[in-house]
Parts: sequence; structure tokens; C-alpha cells
Amino acid sequence: MSKLGTLGHRLHRGEVSYDFVGKRKLWYGVSILITVAAIVGLAVNGLKLGIEFSGGAVFTTHTSSVSVSEAQDRIAGDTAGHHATIQKLGNGGLRIQVSDIDTTTSKQVQQKISEDLKIPTSKIDAEIVGPSWGKEISKKALQGLIIFLVLVVIYLAIAFEWRMAAAALVALLHDITITTGVYAIVGFEVTPGTVIGLLTILGYSLYDTVVVFDGLKEATRGITKQNQKTYSELANRSLNGTLVRSINTTVVALLPVAALLFIGGGLLGAGVLNDIALALFVGLTAGAYSSIFIATPIVADLKEREPQMRALHKRVLAKRASDAQKAKEAEARGEDPDAAADADPQDDDEATASAAAGVIAPRAQGGASRTQPGSRGRGGRNRPSGKRR
Amino acid sequence: MAAAKKGRRSSGSQGYPGRALAVILIALVALTGGIFLSGDRTPRLGIDLAGGVSITLQAKPNQGGAVTKANMNTAVSIISNRVNGLGVSEAEVQTEGSKNIIVNIPKGTNADQAEKQVGTTAQLFFRQVLAADMGVPAATPKPTPSGSATPSGTPSTTPSGTATPKSSATPSGTPSASSTAQGRAVTGALTSGVNKAPTPLPTTPPAADPGTSAGSSTSSSDVSVPADLQAKFAALDCSNDAARHAITEGAKPTQKVIACGKEGGVWEKFVLGPSLIDGKRISGASAAFDTQQGNGWVVNLNFDSKGASQFTKVTGDLSSAADPNNRFAIDLDGNVQSAPVVHQALTGGSAQISGSFKQGDAEDLANVLKYGSLPLAFDTIDRTTVSAALGGEQLHGGLIAGAVGLALVVLYMFAYYRGLSLVAIASLLVSAGLTYTIMCLLGRAIGFALNLPAVAGAIVAIGITADSFIVFFERIRDGLREGRSLQPAVAVGWPRARRTILVSDFVSFLAAAVLYVVTVGKVRGFAFTLGLTTLLDVAVVFLFTMPLMTILARRKFFAQGHKWSGLDPKSLGVKAPLRRVRRTHSSETKEA
Repeated sequence: MSKLGTLGHRLHRGEVSYDFVGKRKLWYGVSILITVAAIVGLAVNGLKLGIEFSGGAVFTTHTSSVSVSEAQDRIAGDTAGHHATIQKLGNGGLRIQVSDIDTTTSKQVQQKISEDLKIPTSKIDAEIVGPSWGKEISKKALQGLIIFLVLVVIYLAIAFEWRMAAAALVALLHDITITTGVYAIVGFEVTPGTVIGLLTILGYSLYDTVVVFDGLKEATRGITKQNQKTYSELANRSLNGTLVRSINTTVVALLPVAALLFIGGGLLGAGVLNDIALALFVGLTAGAYSSIFIATPIVADLKEREPQMRALHKRVLAKRASDAQKAKEAEARGEDPDAAADADPQDDDEATASAAAGVIAPRAQGGASRTQPGSRGRGGRNRPSGKRR
Repeated sequence: MAAAKKGRRSSGSQGYPGRALAVILIALVALTGGIFLSGDRTPRLGIDLAGGVSITLQAKPNQGGAVTKANMNTAVSIISNRVNGLGVSEAEVQTEGSKNIIVNIPKGTNADQAEKQVGTTAQLFFRQVLAADMGVPAATPKPTPSGSATPSGTPSTTPSGTATPKSSATPSGTPSASSTAQGRAVTGALTSGVNKAPTPLPTTPPAADPGTSAGSSTSSSDVSVPADLQAKFAALDCSNDAARHAITEGAKPTQKVIACGKEGGVWEKFVLGPSLIDGKRISGASAAFDTQQGNGWVVNLNFDSKGASQFTKVTGDLSSAADPNNRFAIDLDGNVQSAPVVHQALTGGSAQISGSFKQGDAEDLANVLKYGSLPLAFDTIDRTTVSAALGGEQLHGGLIAGAVGLALVVLYMFAYYRGLSLVAIASLLVSAGLTYTIMCLLGRAIGFALNLPAVAGAIVAIGITADSFIVFFERIRDGLREGRSLQPAVAVGWPRARRTILVSDFVSFLAAAVLYVVTVGKVRGFAFTLGLTTLLDVAVVFLFTMPLMTILARRKFFAQGHKWSGLDPKSLGVKAPLRRVRRTHSSETKEA
């Protein structure tokens, strides 16, 4: 039914394909640009640490008829740009925690809170509180992260190969940098929640990359035993094959987050949820993007440097040249192209040629190469031949 | 088809899809029944979502170490380990001002127990017993309260814990048990737990006779009791709470002290020597149920290397001393937990505290000992409820948004996968049901609390879980495009999809496992949630989605590719009648 469904089968058959690998330089460029922007944002704005990391001040009022959300609204402008966490206490008072402020600022904030809540300053206790997320937690979290990354690289190197491990790591760093950059640029506070959001993204990014790599591994099995496609072409083909899955998964993962961000945050004013939703939204998008546009092209790049793959590349080119030659001759003889098709990997030639374009001589329009003269000229392109090579 | 057979052979559950379905549905029903039986019908929520209790502790300036920033920070991390050792309970601990610590505990936690846990200083010392007597002077004529089959009928002060030679655990129970008044437990056994081989006791003298130890006051040259302590000791009534509390105040590890201990329901009072081994030397502690000696719940301790050598030396020295100076008191915050007799040097580097613990007490004690003693003593100065940090309206907004998001997911799936989406949606529902019920049950079992980041994680988990189905469906559709009919397509698609799912879920699980083992606090809680959802994802795909798909593949509606089945060959671009595929192509390099 849906266009995507039809697209799915056309992608599957290689009738439609986007030359991800061939145009990798473009996407590397895009990524580098975004990453640099993220780093600049990080350098300029810095990360704002929440009260759990930096400590801050806690103001306690003894009694107050004001509800939590009312208080939130009233003191919104009082906290010198820092986030305030407000809790109602059992005795009716309010506990207002403001992150990252020192004693002098704390006095001013106390003054303002007293005005806005109409409670005399003397009835508001102010104390400086320490971080509840100590150095130890941060240190151990970082330790855990490093151990995990080492293990995952080893695992990927064994289950796949080191090139894929390296590419997955690059994609991961790419996603994390972008997400952290967004934290800095948007200026929301780093709370345990956002750290955990970051870890969630890390998990998702790797997961997505591994799914794509699994397809890649399958697509390139026995690659040296043929001479019709180069590694890059097969990689591109596998990407296009998994594209429907990637799109569907990304949409399904993003829909709830987007709802949280746009409906929850935008319309219903779920302030704190916004932070997490935005981080997740950016992170998930980056994760899905990097698996396709960054990770796989890097693997292809690295693979093409292998002597075996280079040799394959040469064989493929040679084969293609002779095929083109034969095709011309056949055409000249006026043979039925369909007859020839069953005997040779003609269906694939289209995708192959297009993908090859990216590798051999990066062309702007990989997909358009199907209409290239020379290797083309035969009819029956849409024949449901059902065979691929 | 050859390919189909191959696929069937390689996937075990495919032959009996009904069984797998039954397994997971029974599990779901059982879990649902569990939450109704236990009464925990909603997951426990973290303090940010549900509020809780806030306990303010104030450091006592005159006890323990000085109230410095370093000591306060150490105390914070120890307390936070105590209340959130598993990392899933979402408790928060922070300093306030220079000498207060705020502990926020989510609603639904036993606040009394938590208060006890956070406030216990847990300073543990091993001291020599200089003198021992019955804890309640007036009770002398009365026979033992427990009145069980005691041969002697003496008011047992039960100092009969035996320190056995390093190897034996089992036999030590025998002599001592017979001499105690309490039938059920050896009241103070100090066992080196390294080698549990039940070898007979080579040189164990009969367990200390209750009569002698109760009567004798002290002696030996180096174990003199100063006159003032002697007087206090004589006057001490251990059954009096105030008196007992008074003697723990200001007790210094380097001095001789008087202390009370209750074993098997009987009070005993002691004069104790200076600390011989500091509790800081304990490297690990765990609660265990001692089945071998019938000690009931005990706490096993392990020393670090320095502690182990000290322990060997000290037990060696003590074993040659006269009764009661051959007894060893385990002094926790001024209370004697147990005071076993030492018969010879113990070299195992581990010890055991026994003493009629209930399970909860033993676990609490082990927990407190494991994370070390607080450098400061604290008083609870305030305990109040706090509301959720996240306003109720925000949470409400979030929930509505989440529901809308889920509805969109369902719509999208339906639009794309049509009939197949029912499989996906049913799988998501099963997955959600399992996650929800398990989270509810874990609330009570291990104090699991769901906080905002965990909710966010669960939302992302929707994507990862759905991905498993999507991968599977795409494989099936590829199979159809290659010209197979549905059943073989499922059979061939499954092993491929299975591998992808396992490989990628393994990465998620690796992340969860490493983070859980290495980290503390909230990151640990996150790792726990991630690991749980990943395992459930695999379980649901293997036991629910795949069998369901196998069964549905036999239905006409799906098998014949009805327009609404999501498997319509036309919309997949397959032109019926399906063209034969050459067998060699079944293993072709193709992607889903």
C-alpha cells in the first residue's frame, strides 16, 4: 500500500537506491560541520551543572499556601538563570533548591523569593547544600563507560571486524558530541536525568549501528568469490536494503519522544520533560543518521584499502568493461536483451553501476547512473526476474 | 522447500509455537497475579515523581571524628550506599550547611528502617573481654528465660560461642549447642569460614561452662579493670534502655569500656579492652542463613589482608588466655553483638557474627558493615514528607504526551504493516505488560523505584523493542519478495532476524551489565532498567512474536497475502504467481 512499502520492494530489488557510500564525502562534511558547531557551542556556553553536581542553595519556608507549580511560576525569574526544584514539605512549607549559587547570590535570591511569595525573609531559611551526585558517582560512571567501550570494541572486533568496531566508535562519539553540544547550546542543566539520557542515546546509537552492520556483514559474505561488485557497492546495497527497517525503527523510536517534546513540552508545559525529550530527540536522530551516513561509509572506506578489496575492485572494473563491450556487440547484433538478461547479472548491473559510480569516480548522482549510457542500453529493467545476480 | 526445512530445523521453538506462546502467557498471567496478590499494583515511583520522606541528620560534634568537609562527604557517600546499594531505590543524599545531611527517600520505603540504616554509625571494633557478667543483676535467681531444654538449668549467659580451628565449621556447633540454654542457636560463634570441611575438632576443649564465666569476674595481669569501670560495671543494668544508651556515649576505641550484649534474648554485660581490630579492616560482609550449625541468620565478615593478619595474631593471643579473657567481643556502636570464646588462632581472614538475628536484621547489619562505618555520629533532627520535585501537572502532561506518542506508533505501524501490525502491537503490549508487572514486583523485592530518567528510558525502549519486530517483518517480506510463500518465508526469515536481534541486544545488555557492576547510584538504576528491558525484548521476540507469526502464517488471511494483511504480494512488488527461485539463491547476499 503505502509508498514506503513500494519503496521497500524497489529498494530491495535495487531499482531505487541512494548512493550513501558514494556520497560519503558530502555527509562526512555535514557531520564535521555539525560536530564542530556542537564543540563550539560547548566551548562558548559550557555545560550548566545542576544542583546534583554543583550543589547550590536550599530555601525553606515554614508555611505557605502556594502550590508547587504556582511557586514555580512565581519565582521563575528569581533564580539568576538557574533551575529551581520545588518540593512541598509535610508541614506545609516549601523547599526550594536552586543550583550552583553561592552565599551572596543566595541572599539576593532569598530576597526575591520572599517578595514573590509574599513571605518575610526571616521566615525563609537559606542553607548551602552540597551535591547529591558526588564525585564518586561521576567517576564510577565514567569508569563504567570506558570499560564498556573497550569491551564493546573487542566484541565488535570479534563478532564483526576491527574496522566495524572503529567505525561504530566514531559514530558513537559523533552522536554523543552532537547531543552534548545541544545541551550546551540550548543551555539546559546537566542533571542525573540528562546524564542518563546521554547513556540511553549511547546505547541506542550502538544498537542501531550494530543492526546495520549485521546486514552489512551478511551482504558482504563471500565477497571475494565474485567479481561483480566492489565492497563499497555491496555496502551501499546493504544500506539500501536495511533502509526501510532503519526508517521504520527511527520513526517508531522518535514518535513517542517527539510527542513528549512537542505536545508534552510545547502545549502542556511539562518543563522538565522537555529537557530530556529534546536530548533524546536529538540523540536518537543522530544515532539513526550516523549508522547510515557515517558508520557504514567509514567501514567501506577502510575496507577498500585492504589489498584483497583493491584486487576485487580491479576485477570488477575489468569485468564491467568487458560486459559493456559484450552488451554493445549484442545490441549491434539486435539480440533480444531479455535472453541475455537471464544469463547475466543484469538486474544488478544497474545498482552496481550506480554504486560503483560513487567509488570509482564520485559522481553527483549515483542513482541517476542507471540511465548512464555505455553500460546500459538494454531494456527490461523492471522485469520481475527475481534474481539478483 | 528445502530452504524452509533448513529454517525449521535451526529454530527450535518453531516446531511448537503453541508451547512458547503458552509459556510467555503463563508468565504474564503469573506476574499479573503476583501484583494483585502482593498488592503492589503500581511501580514504586522515585522521589522526583512521587515525593517521599526527607530525613535531616545532624553530626554530633563530640563523638567520632571532627565535623570536617571531608568527613561529611565520606558520610554522604556511605549513607547513599546504604540506602541505595543496589542503585535502584532512587534515594538522594546531600549535605546541607556544614553539619547536616539530608536524605530523601521515595514514598513507599519503610522510613523507620531507612532512618535506622542511615543513622547507624556502624563503628565496629573487636575487643577482648576483660570481664563478663549477667546483664540483669536482679535476675540471678531466675533460671534462663528461654527455659528450653538446658541440662544445667543455669541462668545461661551463653558465652559459649566456640572459635573453632580454621577448618571446622560444623562440629563447633555441637558442643556449644549442648551447653547453651537456647536450643535454636549457638549464640556466638566465631567461625573462620574459609574452609568449611567438617573435620572433627582436634583440640577443642569443652565449650566454656556458663557457670564459670558468669561467676568469675576477671583476672590476669594485663587485663585489669580500673576501679571506676568496675563500679560502673557492677551497677550496670543492661535491661535498662537509658543506662545502655548512656554507656555508648563517648566510648573511645582506645579505652577500656563497659558494654552490653544481648544474645538469645539474654542480656550480658562486659568490660572490654581497647580495640584490637578496627571494623575498617572489613572488606566485605554478607548475610547468610547458616544451615550447617543451625545458627539461623548470621553475618559473614571478610577482612582485608592487614585485618586478616591482625585477626590471626589476636585470636592466637586470646586462645591462651584464661576465661573470660579468651573471649572476643564484637562491638558495634557500643553494643556487643556477640562474644565468642577463642580456642586457637584463626587464620582464614574471615569471621562470622551470629546471635539470633532475624533475616532483616542480618541483612541490615551486613549492608551497614559492607559500606563501612560513618566517620561521624549523627542525630536525626528532622523528618518530614516532601512532595514530588516534578509538579503533578507536568507528570500529567508527560503521560498524555506519552499516550499520544504511543497512539502515533500504533497508527504508523498499522499504516505500514497493516495486519502484521497487530502482531507488533500485541508484542509491544506483552512486552509492556511484563515490564510493568516486573517493575511493580521489584518495588517490594529490591526497592526498585521508577524515576523520570527511567521513564524516558522506557520510552526509548519502545523503539528498541519495536525494532526487533521490524527487523523480523522485513526479513519475512524479503522472503516473500524472493518468491517464497509465507510459511517458508517466516521459516527462513527467522534465523536471520534472530541473529540480528541477538547481536544487537547483546550490545545493549553488555552496556547494562558493565554499568551495573561498575557504577553506583542512579546510573546503576538506569543500567538495571536497560538490562531488564533488553532481556524482556529477547524473551518477547522468541517466545511471543515468532511463535505468533508462525501460527498466523498458517492462516489464510496472511498466507494468501490478503490486501490488509501487510503481506500482500502486490504491494510488496511480487507478481503472483510467484516465480520459482533457484535454490542457490536462498543464501544470497541480501538485506532486510
